[in-house]
Amino acid sequence: MSKTNLTRRGVLKTGAVAGAGFAAPTIFTAQSAAAFTNEPTGSSVTLGFNVPQTGPYADEGADELRAYELAVEHLNGGGDGGLMNTFSSKALQGNGILGKKVEYVTGDTQTKSDAARASARSMIEKDGAVMITGGSSSGVAVAVQALCQEAGVIFMAGLTHSNDTTGKDKKANGFRHFFNSYMSGAALAPILANNYGTDRKAYHLTADYNWGYTTEEAVRTSTEAMGWETVAAVKTPLTQTDFSSYIAPVLQSGADVLVLNHYGGNMVNSLTNAVQFGLRDKLVNNKNFEIVVPLYSRLMAKGAGANVKGIFGSTNWHWSLQDEGSKAFVKSFGTKYGFPPSQAAHTCYVQALLYADAVERAGSFNPCAVGEALKDFQFDGMGNGPTLYRGEDHQCFKDVLVVKGKENPTSEFDLLEIVEVTPVEQVTYDASIFGGELGSCNPGA
Amino acid sequence: MEAIILQILNGLDKGSAYALIALGLTLIFGTLGVVNFAHGALFMIGAFCAVTLSRILTLSHTIVDDTQTDFLGNPLKVDVPYVMDWFGEATGSAIIDWAVPLSILFAIPVMIAIGVIMERGLIKHFYKRPHADQILVTFGLAIVLQEIIKYYYGANPIPTPAPAAFKGSFDFGAMLGFDPNIIIYPYWRIIYFAFAAVIIGAVFAFLQFTTFGMVVRAGMADRETVQLLGINIDRRFTLMFGIAAAVAGLAGVMYTPINSPNYHMGMDFLVLSFVVVVVGGMGSLPGAVAAGFLLGILESFASMREVLAVLPGLNQIIIYLVAIIILLTRPRGLMGRKGVMEE
Amino acid sequence: MFGLDKKDTRLLILVAILVALAPFLLNPFPEGSAMAQFNAGYPDLMQRFVIFGIFAIGFNILFGLTGYLSFGHAAFLGVGSYAAIWMMKLLTMNVIPAIFVSVIVAGIFSLAVGWISLRRSGIYFSILTLAFAQMSYSLAYSVLTPITGGETGLQPKVNDPRVLDGALAEGATPKANLFGLEMGSSFEWSVGGWLFTFNAGYYLAAVVMLIAFYMSIRIFRSPFGMMLRAVKSNQQRLNYTGLNAKPYTLAAFVISGMYAGLAGGLMVAMDTQVGAERMFWTASGEVVLMSILGGVGTLIGPVLGAGAIKYMENILSKINKEILHQWFAFMPDGIEDILVSLVYPFIGKGWHLTLGIIFMLVVIFLPGGLVEGGQRVARLFKRKKPAEDGPDGKTTPAE
Repeated sequence: MSKTNLTRRGVLKTGAVAGAGFAAPTIFTAQSAAAFTNEPTGSSVTLGFNVPQTGPYADEGADELRAYELAVEHLNGGGDGGLMNTFSSKALQGNGILGKKVEYVTGDTQTKSDAARASARSMIEKDGAVMITGGSSSGVAVAVQALCQEAGVIFMAGLTHSNDTTGKDKKANGFRHFFNSYMSGAALAPILANNYGTDRKAYHLTADYNWGYTTEEAVRTSTEAMGWETVAAVKTPLTQTDFSSYIAPVLQSGADVLVLNHYGGNMVNSLTNAVQFGLRDKLVNNKNFEIVVPLYSRLMAKGAGANVKGIFGSTNWHWSLQDEGSKAFVKSFGTKYGFPPSQAAHTCYVQALLYADAVERAGSFNPCAVGEALKDFQFDGMGNGPTLYRGEDHQCFKDVLVVKGKENPTSEFDLLEIVEVTPVEQVTYDASIFGGELGSCNPGA
Repeated sequence: MEAIILQILNGLDKGSAYALIALGLTLIFGTLGVVNFAHGALFMIGAFCAVTLSRILTLSHTIVDDTQTDFLGNPLKVDVPYVMDWFGEATGSAIIDWAVPLSILFAIPVMIAIGVIMERGLIKHFYKRPHADQILVTFGLAIVLQEIIKYYYGANPIPTPAPAAFKGSFDFGAMLGFDPNIIIYPYWRIIYFAFAAVIIGAVFAFLQFTTFGMVVRAGMADRETVQLLGINIDRRFTLMFGIAAAVAGLAGVMYTPINSPNYHMGMDFLVLSFVVVVVGGMGSLPGAVAAGFLLGILESFASMREVLAVLPGLNQIIIYLVAIIILLTRPRGLMGRKGVMEE
Repeated sequence: MFGLDKKDTRLLILVAILVALAPFLLNPFPEGSAMAQFNAGYPDLMQRFVIFGIFAIGFNILFGLTGYLSFGHAAFLGVGSYAAIWMMKLLTMNVIPAIFVSVIVAGIFSLAVGWISLRRSGIYFSILTLAFAQMSYSLAYSVLTPITGGETGLQPKVNDPRVLDGALAEGATPKANLFGLEMGSSFEWSVGGWLFTFNAGYYLAAVVMLIAFYMSIRIFRSPFGMMLRAVKSNQQRLNYTGLNAKPYTLAAFVISGMYAGLAGGLMVAMDTQVGAERMFWTASGEVVLMSILGGVGTLIGPVLGAGAIKYMENILSKINKEILHQWFAFMPDGIEDILVSLVYPFIGKGWHLTLGIIFMLVVIFLPGGLVEGGQRVARLFKRKKPAEDGPDGKTTPAE
């Protein structure tokens, strides 16, 4: 094995290797060598970006990866600094994190929990990643979060909307910036009542898995509180592609609103089918028939095309926001890639920056110190207004956007328009309502 | 009653998609004896023929519109399709609007060519190889085709709407004397059903009433004897493969307005189409079609909320449950021939 | 030795040595070098190699010997996993009961599925097994959520009962262990630029895999194995001799189901998490592909196939554009960009494409799978050095 001279990487990854002598092999356990898992001892620190690169969410994953690359560039002092200029905390200097250059490894979650964990474990065990972030589904987020808790690294969740991630499955080492089903319901209900009235009969189609259940529950409770009646709720299989047999009976039920608790491909197909059936042209109970999609994303809106026009939904962030933070992010992302970022890109970028900032403020990469720094951390200037990282469940609390499919889009990215920014007070809930045990932080050593 | 009529309509519509895909598959699988895991990919490529044609029709040059700005505050660039320049705005947008029906003409030669190339270049070497090898090679091919599509078109679904004339739905209920708006069905899905019926009929007529079809049927039954008669059965089988690919492709083209196509739609249908073919019985074309409609209708009934209230989760498993029951009560599916793929 | 003939003993010893030395063999490149990307000697992947090896060995007992192609084997793996995680949640984090119960539960489940499915043969059998597996997956993902955790799956929680374990220390998380030896604990040996990891979980899985491999050799060489081959070559003739093939095929089905359950239990022991996707048809398809890619009916083939697929999934998918630029950094700029854009479609998010191409190439040029590749190389070797007459250990086709 005299291939060492092939090294083209310039920087030899130091870490544990540098400490060991060349002559005498030494044996030691990983645990005794460091204060916590993957303590960066060299001049660089490695972050793990675990996003879907294959499968139905590959495009969303690609956007997340773009955001991470941008964040790394900004953290290392490149580019225009992006959100670092508008971020209320000024701990980040643009010289990496704690003076260490930020490097990263990427992996493919395939939107399967097994594959996501395999990929995350390889980042932790092989590449020495000290933080894992990314993902595009709650199943993956919960699985990887549990892994990070066990391994003793920080997990900064990407796009995950289920209540479970910071509810019944919350973990001390896991943090989520994205909003959740409960907030979607709480934000949507008043807008729906304003636009469609309080005397409505709703028909729910719900994806038959955890996220679907929590979303249906959230929308149902909050709309019923406004005076709506729920006529029926039907569960649809995740693998369903043609929703005609679920949509056809809707009109017979006497419902005048259809709520599609679907995400991704399911949502694109069910919405397309619903519009195909001409539901939106019908008059039921002397009211216009309406469709609601609790969780929107721009990529899904793109997939559904003209069908989204005029349909309400909620979203974590949208590029057309006009605050300084959003403008700065859109500018640096748009300049680099030529199109505006998606909400997945935004949450991932923000999570990377929040992590880096927490490390700077804590003065250490130790997960417990980072957790302490993020706990009840209040910040602003990241595009969502004043935000709180709540200590009890590691969930961010911030304003939620209610959006509507745009009637006359000017470009393929201009598909949604913001109807209302629901203030954070309206979507805040008590941390104990979803159960679960945060546990205590695990540094791994 | 209304609910049942509706679900029968749904079942016929779903069933026509299943039957079309299964028909193509059974031409290859049940008769040529090749386990073709790339059949789903052919369906997907058909759908992307429609996407490609609508991309070609909307090939554009950009003009700068100073009155509007894009997301970075620069003047907005607006794409103007060439067809609009050439034919004027009205005709141009009509052509773009009719992209999906036009794709049928585009897809037939493309799909036949793909089928023939596939058979000549790859499958023909696998007729005598074990089924295991056929699975591996066609699965590999399916992945490659799928990844090529993903490379050029991305992973996100691409909306490909039907012409505006076919938007909205037809009120069957009013025709049958029910209240209006109770039994409605989208025009495009009715067209899909009719289209499927025509294609299925055409394939049957071709096999049943032409000399070519007769030779192919003879070849399916006993390939060697037909060859001994001095007939070049290989060439006919190649063409049959091309036809099977075209049937799958057309099913895909017409399916695009129903659901926005994406690169893995073929894999979503693959397992289902195998189930349909096997339930129909190996080597039987009518069996495949019958099984397609049967499973489509039963799936629709299982999704009714009255049914789900009694048996939650039935909609998740209905297809497989029916497959098990049929295969246990009828050893060779609905109309299977003895000895085909039974080893 | 162990009741094996000389050739099989040699094969077993060779496999044992390879498995024992895997931490070295899979880490040929020094840390930090450009080639370190291709190192596979980290615990997770090594564990996956042997676990999927077990899965594929078991599958091969059914498919390789009897010719019955099951398209639903992932269901047994999944059921085994769920059984194992429930043992950990309810009983103890010690892996022994978990693995034991996973094998039993998978055995019972496969007995039920096999008893029904084996009424049919050929493609009809395949579809029946597929149907059972898909039903298991769909139900586990949706209506069985209270038992299976549905989308988010199951993980051990701090406040699980674990009646046999003592109370956890304050702030500790439950970890899978073997009488106190944590599965995640590793010794790291740093020598020169290399870093070798010896992981407790890996060695446990490796020992189990060697036992499984040994048992599969015994089955292949036994009269029972002979009978199974007879089923494959001509079941009708077997029936005419007055033998009923069903008990034999059912036994093979259950044994291979138990192997799958064992793999599932080990997966949980190594990485305490179960999700329903483990039972999706693509997972069943994967083990079919592993066997065919390696060489159906050979002893070692399926293990090689499993290794090849898992290696690509875990190593290729992690190469990104930045790494490519580092590799080709020594080239002039223009050529660097061309090379990067040529290679880029095949790595990272394009790893599926590479996988598909390899499937096709292997089956077109090596009809017997990777094992045949090994045989051809060996023959080439023998021609060059006729004096050295060592039988090639890796190539022992069953037929």
